Amino acid sequence: MDNTSRQRIIISAFIICGLFFFSVVKLWQLQIIQGSEYKKISIENMIRIIRSPAPRGIIYDRNGIPLVKNTPYFCALLMPEHLEKIDISTLAQILSMDSDDINYIIDKSSLSPFEPIKIKERLTFKEVASLEARRSDFPGLVISTEMSREYLYGNVGAHVIGYLGKLNQQQANDPEYKEVPQDAFIGQWGAEHLFDKTLRGSAGEKIIEIDALGREIRLLQEKAPVKGEDLNLSIDINVQKSTEDAFEGKAGAMVAMKPDTGEILALVSRPSFDPNIFAKGISFKEWLALNQDKKVPMLNRALQSQYPPGSTFKIITAIAALSEKVITPETKVTCTGGIKYGSWEFGCWKKGGHGTISFHRAIVESCDVYFYEAGKRVGIDKIAEYAKKLGLGSPTGLPLVKERPGLIPDTKWKYENKKQPWYLGETFHSSIGQGYVAATPIQMAQLMSIVANGGYIYKPTILKMEKPPEQVPSIGISQKILELVKSALYGAVSEGGGTGGAAKSSLISVGGKTGTAQVVGIKKSSSSLPEKYRDHAWFVAFAPVEKPEIALCVFVEHGGHGGGAAAPIAKRAIESLYKENKIKK
Amino acid sequence: MQIDRRLIKNFDWVSFSIVLMLSIISIMTIFSTTRAVIPGEETSFYIRQIIWLIIGIAILFLIVSFDYIWLSRYAYPLYIIGILLLISVLIAGKVGMGAKRWLYLGFFSFQPSEFFRIIFVIFIARYFIGISENMGLYSLFSIFIIFVFIPLIMILKQPDLGTALMILIIFLSLSLIKGLQKKVVTFLLIVSIVSIPFIGNIVWDGLKDYQKNRLVAFIDPDIDPAGIGYHINQSKVAIGSGGFAGKGYMQGTQGPFRFLPEKHTDFIFAAFAEEWGFIGCFLLLLLYLAFILRGIDTAIKAKDEFGRLLAVGITFMFTVYIIINIGMTLGLMPVVGIPLPFMSYGGTALLSNFIAAGLLINVRTRRFELFY
Repeated sequence: MDNTSRQRIIISAFIICGLFFFSVVKLWQLQIIQGSEYKKISIENMIRIIRSPAPRGIIYDRNGIPLVKNTPYFCALLMPEHLEKIDISTLAQILSMDSDDINYIIDKSSLSPFEPIKIKERLTFKEVASLEARRSDFPGLVISTEMSREYLYGNVGAHVIGYLGKLNQQQANDPEYKEVPQDAFIGQWGAEHLFDKTLRGSAGEKIIEIDALGREIRLLQEKAPVKGEDLNLSIDINVQKSTEDAFEGKAGAMVAMKPDTGEILALVSRPSFDPNIFAKGISFKEWLALNQDKKVPMLNRALQSQYPPGSTFKIITAIAALSEKVITPETKVTCTGGIKYGSWEFGCWKKGGHGTISFHRAIVESCDVYFYEAGKRVGIDKIAEYAKKLGLGSPTGLPLVKERPGLIPDTKWKYENKKQPWYLGETFHSSIGQGYVAATPIQMAQLMSIVANGGYIYKPTILKMEKPPEQVPSIGISQKILELVKSALYGAVSEGGGTGGAAKSSLISVGGKTGTAQVVGIKKSSSSLPEKYRDHAWFVAFAPVEKPEIALCVFVEHGGHGGGAAAPIAKRAIESLYKENKIKK
Repeated sequence: MQIDRRLIKNFDWVSFSIVLMLSIISIMTIFSTTRAVIPGEETSFYIRQIIWLIIGIAILFLIVSFDYIWLSRYAYPLYIIGILLLISVLIAGKVGMGAKRWLYLGFFSFQPSEFFRIIFVIFIARYFIGISENMGLYSLFSIFIIFVFIPLIMILKQPDLGTALMILIIFLSLSLIKGLQKKVVTFLLIVSIVSIPFIGNIVWDGLKDYQKNRLVAFIDPDIDPAGIGYHINQSKVAIGSGGFAGKGYMQGTQGPFRFLPEKHTDFIFAAFAEEWGFIGCFLLLLLYLAFILRGIDTAIKAKDEFGRLLAVGITFMFTVYIIINIGMTLGLMPVVGIPLPFMSYGGTALLSNFIAAGLLINVRTRRFELFY
């Protein structure tokens, strides 16, 4: 063999060795330098985490009556790998959907080729049957079962029980919800929201190994879902329901509490909404309709409506004046239908006047002039001090919605906010709960509860208490004074000439006080005005007078006089508690 | 039949052992990578490969048993048979995966272009003996037009880009070994550099869409990660995730779980790399390199020019297959769809590789025969 040919062959051998060396270098790069990175990818390649939501805990009322239930429903899902073989228009026809909508859903969810796409929720039985009958036409179609929440009492108690909705963007980023499957419904309102963590339990998790076609190869790890804990609300659904029925056609709120615990027996805010439409996945149109409704059904009036409490406030003026000893039960004031102060006149609601009247009858008949005098004697700052002691002017702390604080004015407040001194005329107004004074229905219910229980503030709660709460410190008002007030309130309902007569019950002794919040300044018979100019009606009450088990506040928007509009609702609420089921401790 | 004892003594046991080891590694890898991961999904690829292997070994010994010189006498008729086979594929070929590459013969189908590459090596080796060294441009060009261009076009027409490329590379490298005039080499270099843009365009336009995709995906696999880029990405994932020592035999997932396409054919190296890691790959590459260097040594020691050109041609053919296939799985070269010799699943390829290896061993075994 000649040398040049041999040389050429040997050179080629070196070139080949060089090429092999090159491959080894590349192997080194992939396997040694980037090895762990690729290992991670290869594991992620074939691991899927499938979350299954846990059945939600059931919400019961205080007597163990279920308020919600979990109902299974059917969903139609498509496996993306079979999409090409599916006749979308036929599927659309069966599901009574638009082909374009289905295509839109598919396009939108094409993020992962292995995740089933949810085409429709809440299939009817007819739809399920038609799909099952034609199963071979739809390869990759999965009919799955999911749980939905059914609110057994519809819109009754909706503001307390709340509703479910899908995770919103903000919640999706919240670590609190990181365990929640993306598609799951969580509590968005009321108790469902407040106690969501307890109710939702923990989602099940399946880690499976899959192949490139998305087929399950083996189950690596499985955690069964843990059903959420049940919840016992303090609500009595019978009281709630009969009160809401009594509100029929009216707007307003009612809060009833157990004076000795702070448990809320009923919390009404009307108009209301049906939480079932949320549980189904509310449409944008429905949501808009709810939010733009002029009657504001999404407003929780019990915590978010603040108005002058009118004559119900006289309870506070009375307590302040008696405690400060500027009046005694025997103090008499002569009412001639109003008083004159400078050039202003402050009238009593009773044009002819009440004549000479003592404390008890002043409450019973709600004499304005008596309380002008009492207010004048005790002074606005003392009234404000007692009002605040009795829970007004600041939120009660029930976390259902963002609660409004109400307003209790005093000289300092006036100076800071209006840059003016306080005038005596304003004390007159405030003494009978008009002017700047504002309170929410729940504050007034709490006030009534404090009076009824002998001077203790229990924080309102919507949870049923397993054991009686620890005795809270007294707000320090003499029992004698409270007894005087209670007895007068009983008189207001039971005695002749009492303004709260409409709340009088043959079943049980009731004490209460009416109130009217003026909407417009003109003094005119309320019933002759168009509804939106009519006064708001208040009524606070407790029962039985001897050993109160319920304290409540009714507020009717544009209801006119408290005695006429609100007292009958209070009566109905109290009676329902004793008629349907004797209150359980 | 009397077997010459010197034949047994001089038989190239080294090359044969390497080929056998590669084939056993192949069957193990095919078994692992096509194993059922979902119950009821049985595969029998490895059994068929074992059958092909037994036939292959038998053919190898058959090839070694006669003197290769005999082939030089029949090189031209063989070439004509080869061309006829290629024509018959174009006329009566079976279409599979968009290409017309297979001839269906009742009980089995085979791919004539796989055999043609060997016939081609024999033919060129034979033809070059009669040519004086240092070919001029004219003779190189006329050989190309007459003997290379026609089969090239026919193979491209199937289309079988991999084999066509192979034919071209074998022709050019054998020409270089045989000897070209310096000015021809210079001319070829200049022409190829200058014409790359023009030829590039013509070649690009002549490619099928999937071939274009492969080239695009080679340059940037992320352009089409779900399509052809997926092959390259998943291949890199399989190789890379093997790490230093591999996931262990039968522990690989990219192949059996179908993330790695063509895991038992063109991408078997990636499947092997996942289970055996850098160590395994390095040893496998060493085996291949040893086989190639043995082939080159055979060429150097060959007793005549035909033997030498035959050995060089076959060795280069193996080299090109190995380098391109492994380069492709490593993402160093575009996906052209050529199998890894002795490793990839497939009967025709295995048989033709055993024939080629047989010829190589034949040349080595008879390197002393001149002296008796």
